[in-house]
Amino acid sequence: MEHLELFFKSIFVDNMVFAYFLGMCSYLAVSKKVSTAVGLGAAVIFVLTVTVPLNWLLDQYILQRGALSWLGAEYADYDLSFLSFILFIATIATMVQLVEIIVEKFSPSLYNSLGIFLPLIAVNCAILGGSLFMQSREIETVALALNYGFSSGIGWFLAIVAIAAIREKIRYSNVPAPLRGLGITFIITGLMAIGFMSFGGMLTGGDAEEVSAPIAEVSLPIPAATPELDPSAVQATEVLEVEVSDITEK
Amino acid sequence: MGLLSKKDSKLILDPLSDDNPITIQVLGICSALAITAQLKPSIVMAVSVIFVLGIGNVVISLMRNIIPSKIRIIVQLIVVATLVIIVDLILKAFAYELSKELSVFIGLIITNCIIMGRFEAFALGNGPWRSFLDGVGNALGYGVILVIVGFFRELLGSGTLFGFKILGDSVEKTGLYAIGYENNGFMVLPPMALIVVGIIIWIQRSRNKALIEEL
Repeated sequence: MEHLELFFKSIFVDNMVFAYFLGMCSYLAVSKKVSTAVGLGAAVIFVLTVTVPLNWLLDQYILQRGALSWLGAEYADYDLSFLSFILFIATIATMVQLVEIIVEKFSPSLYNSLGIFLPLIAVNCAILGGSLFMQSREIETVALALNYGFSSGIGWFLAIVAIAAIREKIRYSNVPAPLRGLGITFIITGLMAIGFMSFGGMLTGGDAEEVSAPIAEVSLPIPAATPELDPSAVQATEVLEVEVSDITEK
Repeated sequence: MGLLSKKDSKLILDPLSDDNPITIQVLGICSALAITAQLKPSIVMAVSVIFVLGIGNVVISLMRNIIPSKIRIIVQLIVVATLVIIVDLILKAFAYELSKELSVFIGLIITNCIIMGRFEAFALGNGPWRSFLDGVGNALGYGVILVIVGFFRELLGSGTLFGFKILGDSVEKTGLYAIGYENNGFMVLPPMALIVVGIIIWIQRSRNKALIEEL
């Protein structure tokens, strides 16, 4: 149950892109075509699934206060958590390199489809963000960490494939010239994020709306998250539904 | 400007408008949006990035001839991570509340694409002084957008700036609230950051037609 809850929460409520804006750089840069978006999304799922549990182990057995007590009683007071940024990013960079080598060796076809995206991923904020959120939310077991990495990856995958599909369609629409390209992508993403906010009630039964604003205590009345039936928003939900069914089939 | 030659001052001034890292180069958006619900964290974030990018560019530029090109990404990441740890520890020591509020987003400066982008595009090919100017210029361009977004989101969303109630008191109905003004609670929610940046891009590109993207 705990696993199921974390799984859906990380995909929809705490979606990497729509709630925390993580990995926006590659999200905007590589979302012009659905096929490339699928490649990058798959690579992100893969790397997050590997690095989050790995960093969990590092955090648990090396970095936290008292984590070194397995070395002996005299190490029990050490607190190395200030080193976590450097250790996490080193793990990620190494893993990405390693994954690249392994995939190249054992599955050249997968390598050809993922290959160019893998090096990009080392500097994708979603990856480091996954590890840092894992640390700050004090996830309890390694299995939960694995689950968290995998499901946040899926959330990111959903987001980039959805926006790529919309961008492919929007090429045929008459967008005001200064908004073309980047501007309209920002605004669509904003609308999609508003749509995703409606998932906030999903795990609380809907009676208490939970809004995941990353900072600042939101004491204001929360407006019901029902975006106007804007054509692009409708399109977004359609695309998302398609994607969800795809995933469940797999 | 006696101190800076014309070419050098271009390095600082260009990123502020026509070559802005956020709205034109599309770099560093990740952390830019999440922390702009209020003005104060936006400014702290901007200052942190100015520090990290300014110093980081100089360090990378000094080491540019001894870094083997195959492992340069890892070297760059280590340099940034070290600088970010310094920023993080300083914030924890002198502004603990604020560092709690910024939570993981200080750490995410490491993977801020502006930083890697400037290292790759500029510091690896230029001397320390010019790299420093380029770093500060780009970080300023990033900061400007952050402050604009933070300003509007805090003003329209909570009616305050730096926490001061400048539009009057919403509970006691003074100032603007007396004539029926309401805060737009939507502005403090994450999605509005995207839409505000979208509007900034819109305004900027309608003023400078050369920036409009081709289909």
